[in-house]
Amino acid sequence: MARSKAKQDASQSAGEDDIVMQEPPASHQPDLDETDASMAEGEGEEGVEGEFEDEFEEEEPQRVKLLPGSTPTAASFEFLNEGHTLGNALRYVIMKNPDVEFCAYAIPHPSEPKMNVRIQIWEAAGTTAIEALEKGLKDIQDLCDVVTDKFLVARKDFKE
Amino acid sequence: MPRTEPSREELEKRRIVGINKENVTDVTSTDFPGHYPGEDHAWDIEKFRDGLQIEFHQNDPLLASFSLIGVDASIANAFRRIMIADIPTLAVETVFINNNTSVIQDEVLSHRLGLIPFKGGREGLDNFLKWWKKPTDDDAVPNYFDYNTVKLSLNVECTHNEDAAPGEKDPTKLYHHAHVYAKDIVYEPIGRQTQYFSGENAIAPTNPDILIAKLRPGQVIDLSMHMHKGVGSDHAKFSPVATASYRLMPTIDILRPILGADAEKFAKCFPRGVIGLEKVTKNDAAKKGSGYEGHEGELKAVVKDAMRDTVSRECLRHDEFKDKVRLGRKRDHFIYQIESTGQWDSDAIFLESIAHLKEKARRLEQQVVNMVR
Repeated sequence: MARSKAKQDASQSAGEDDIVMQEPPASHQPDLDETDASMAEGEGEEGVEGEFEDEFEEEEPQRVKLLPGSTPTAASFEFLNEGHTLGNALRYVIMKNPDVEFCAYAIPHPSEPKMNVRIQIWEAAGTTAIEALEKGLKDIQDLCDVVTDKFLVARKDFKE
Repeated sequence: MPRTEPSREELEKRRIVGINKENVTDVTSTDFPGHYPGEDHAWDIEKFRDGLQIEFHQNDPLLASFSLIGVDASIANAFRRIMIADIPTLAVETVFINNNTSVIQDEVLSHRLGLIPFKGGREGLDNFLKWWKKPTDDDAVPNYFDYNTVKLSLNVECTHNEDAAPGEKDPTKLYHHAHVYAKDIVYEPIGRQTQYFSGENAIAPTNPDILIAKLRPGQVIDLSMHMHKGVGSDHAKFSPVATASYRLMPTIDILRPILGADAEKFAKCFPRGVIGLEKVTKNDAAKKGSGYEGHEGELKAVVKDAMRDTVSRECLRHDEFKDKVRLGRKRDHFIYQIESTGQWDSDAIFLESIAHLKEKARRLEQQVVNMVR
């Protein structure tokens, strides 16, 4: 009863104090080209679609975007042209972060080259989901360095 | 909550995936913060470094096998997937057929040519050759250059062999070029390619004896080919590996003694070399409660080399081994097997996959920074 009322509220007035959970599946979202109302609380997290060109790197279109409905501590990201290779590895290292309450990845539809990552941070942690994502990507790079070092040593030892 | 450290035995126990007669247990990894109360499982690069072990079993150009111990399946799988789908190689992409009067159709012939693996100088393949972009109608100049296109040609005509012995039935002796092999493909260097791909660095099929087509007198194959760089996710012909796979290290625990004829039967349940037979020693027999009392001199089954096991679970089908053996796999012990198609060295493919994952993460980190900006 209470639930159905809340639902009604949400659909009528976008719920004054209810948390609105009415996002359609991410892959059905039209491209984010103007600022989304539901993201107003995240500072400076407007949808950027190719507005900023990389000055120092070779031009690469923006492939990561924040999905609507994200808050600083609970956010969903959409990665273009990424799949299980990065998705699962990234999920693992982000889950290793003690500030992270929940992390998962999904490929909403196999015929779309998109990969979504959901990150939720413990409210008390005092950090943001974006920072957790950045830390995850950094950790993967550190991990790769360690594996390379050990692999080269092991290969050298095997030769002798 | 006070911080606690799990004991060694506990950690060892958590590493094992249980393999039972009908089911598999403890499949998912649990080494995450918050999973075990009071335990710290946060990402720590030093801990990871200490826990990581790599042991080579074989390292040949065309086949590398090694154990990667101490990583999660998600990371190990990322390396495997990258090796198969994301490492670039050179393969035939376009075939220009001038004449083909053989019985094999143009499109089938082209497909076969595409699948032939080629080798060439590493320096040229890695650093000199760049990606090729498919030309569009808008392009004023076609983008075929020495740094993105490798030209090959295949020109064979089957003729009668005048010197063949009378009554000869073997077509390869009766005719010239009855069989067209990969070695008949001729590499035509253009521009600066002569610097990188000459002598033993020349671009040539890895396996010269691949049969491409069979001809009879009067039939001709005359074509030229363009090779470009590509990745396995686009087409399997670009994959640098024939197979790149891993399996988990099997464990076999003999819980209670398996003796005599049972021991011999037990050994037969496994591939050769996995289970060994040893005589029960005086010391074994003297130990109380070991189950060996009074069996001195009999044969007992011992695990010699669990790595060679295929985990067929045959031993679990027999009642006499019930509760005497426990099978499992080590969750974080990956035995990789990488077979190169010849363009890369097998161990280099793995190294490249690590570099590729790092580069991927680095680029995306930049992307996330741009997103926030």
